[in-house]
Amino acid sequence: MVLIYIDQADQQIKKSSLEAISYGAALAKQLGVTAEGILLGTVTDDLASLGKYGLQKLHHVGDASLNHFDAKVFTQVLTDAAKATNASVLVFAHNLNGKAIAPAVAVKLHAGIVTGANSLPDTSNGFTVTKTVFSGKAFAEINIDTPIKVISINQNCFGVHMHEGATSVEALSIAIPAASIKVTATHKVDGEIPLTEANIVVSGGRGLKGPENWGIIEDLAKVLGAATACSRPVSDSDWRPHHEHVGQTGVQVAPNLYIAVGISGAIQHLAGVNRSKTIVVINKDPEAPFFKAADYGIVGDAFEVLPALTAAIQKSKA
Amino acid sequence: MKLLVCISKTPDTTSKIAFTEGNTKFDENGVQWIINPYDEWYALVRAIEMKEQDPSVTIHLVTVGEADAEPIIRKALALGGDEAIRINIQSNDSFVVASQIAAIAKEGAYDLILTGKETIDYNSACIGSMLAGLLDMPFVSLANHMVLNGNTASVKREIEGGEETCEVALPAIVSCQKGMAEQRIPNMRGIMAARTKPLKVVEPIVVQATTSIKTYDLPPAKSGVKLVAADNVDELVRLLKEEAKAF
Repeated sequence: MVLIYIDQADQQIKKSSLEAISYGAALAKQLGVTAEGILLGTVTDDLASLGKYGLQKLHHVGDASLNHFDAKVFTQVLTDAAKATNASVLVFAHNLNGKAIAPAVAVKLHAGIVTGANSLPDTSNGFTVTKTVFSGKAFAEINIDTPIKVISINQNCFGVHMHEGATSVEALSIAIPAASIKVTATHKVDGEIPLTEANIVVSGGRGLKGPENWGIIEDLAKVLGAATACSRPVSDSDWRPHHEHVGQTGVQVAPNLYIAVGISGAIQHLAGVNRSKTIVVINKDPEAPFFKAADYGIVGDAFEVLPALTAAIQKSKA
Repeated sequence: MKLLVCISKTPDTTSKIAFTEGNTKFDENGVQWIINPYDEWYALVRAIEMKEQDPSVTIHLVTVGEADAEPIIRKALALGGDEAIRINIQSNDSFVVASQIAAIAKEGAYDLILTGKETIDYNSACIGSMLAGLLDMPFVSLANHMVLNGNTASVKREIEGGEETCEVALPAIVSCQKGMAEQRIPNMRGIMAARTKPLKVVEPIVVQATTSIKTYDLPPAKSGVKLVAADNVDELVRLLKEEAKAF
């Protein structure tokens, strides 16, 4: 059986988990087994409707104390749940919480793990998973050699797929260990779309000349419903906050559309964005290396091109 | 207070990535090796800052690798840290690597174990979490700020769309990312001192690998950029909508 970990925040199931369900359902079909989910805590979503992503059964540990993420507690509960349900493959989203617990659950289950998988495993001769390595500069095909297997999948690489069907929900009783952390403050940036969850990202570099010019980036992001990001020199100069820094040593993103404005495209920046489906580069330097990694490009002055592009998109959406 | 900082050797960020032996081995030809940036800039430097604030803090460094990892661990010692341990095994399997570090960690009874958020070569982000599983310790991942407060640490970690601050009782494991500390460059005094700091080589424990790398591939080259004239943004919008189906 394929057991999919369904991650929640603020009592809502995360988009990355819907993708994990779609992936787990396709994998279960490939292996000829059932696709089942495990949810910790209470959520406001309609659980039976998770069937439309391909989930056949949901094991629900509906204890409200699990609404706050705690890596040690979640590791133990998921390990016990995997044993109780006899899971042979566990699927996680390679999101912030998945990164924290999937490897720990794997060692507790004596399972091999591949994190950041890009596609369904090849099960014709073994169990071989392809993942991105060297920060997006290469792929590795890795075989998991243990009876139980754990996979976490890269966000936006598989997509959310719709099916017919409903999920049967079953309460699962698992002893919950004492909390190992105490959350003392939560700070959310209002109204901003989280970078790693965004479908579209608009990113600015040194070509914008200063933080006072970010309005044109924000305007474009707004009409597209996009998140904003920046290159490393920009966050290092404190033009923009560090959490917007996209690149090898910052946030790695894989949106459907990445629009880079005034960013030359150093190899370290490319490593953070090269899994994007479509890349648009706007730069006044026709020699900017970013054009070699782009799908579409405009050689021109950002201060003229961006307002025009924003207006054109607004017009096309009207 | 005893800290253990996990150090990994990775190719420099500008390295050209290539493979040999029928795409089964990373081509080390001409590759410059560095301390994994997340281990160095964030985990190690934060540990050094803690020792500067409280001289009773002891910092041990650990790396899993063969003799070719020694320049890297010496470089880490030049930045700071009291002594280093090299576990003499080369492995691409995260479980094998984490098991070696866990064995050292058990013996050393550390209060705090720091890792980078991931290495820039295999990007697995596994070691901190696996150590937490193997040692049954609290784990705070993707931390960008940490202060010690007696027997607890106050740690800020990234969450979707923001961050949260939590208190964790020691011993604990924390994986570090940008924001945790400012990058430093080793000075001559540090480099000289590192030569005489203890570097212990220990033999690995026997563990079975759980995964095996079959092959590597390079990503297919982009088919080439389609340039649109700067005064024709409507055409770009059309291409993005109709061809790329981007929105």
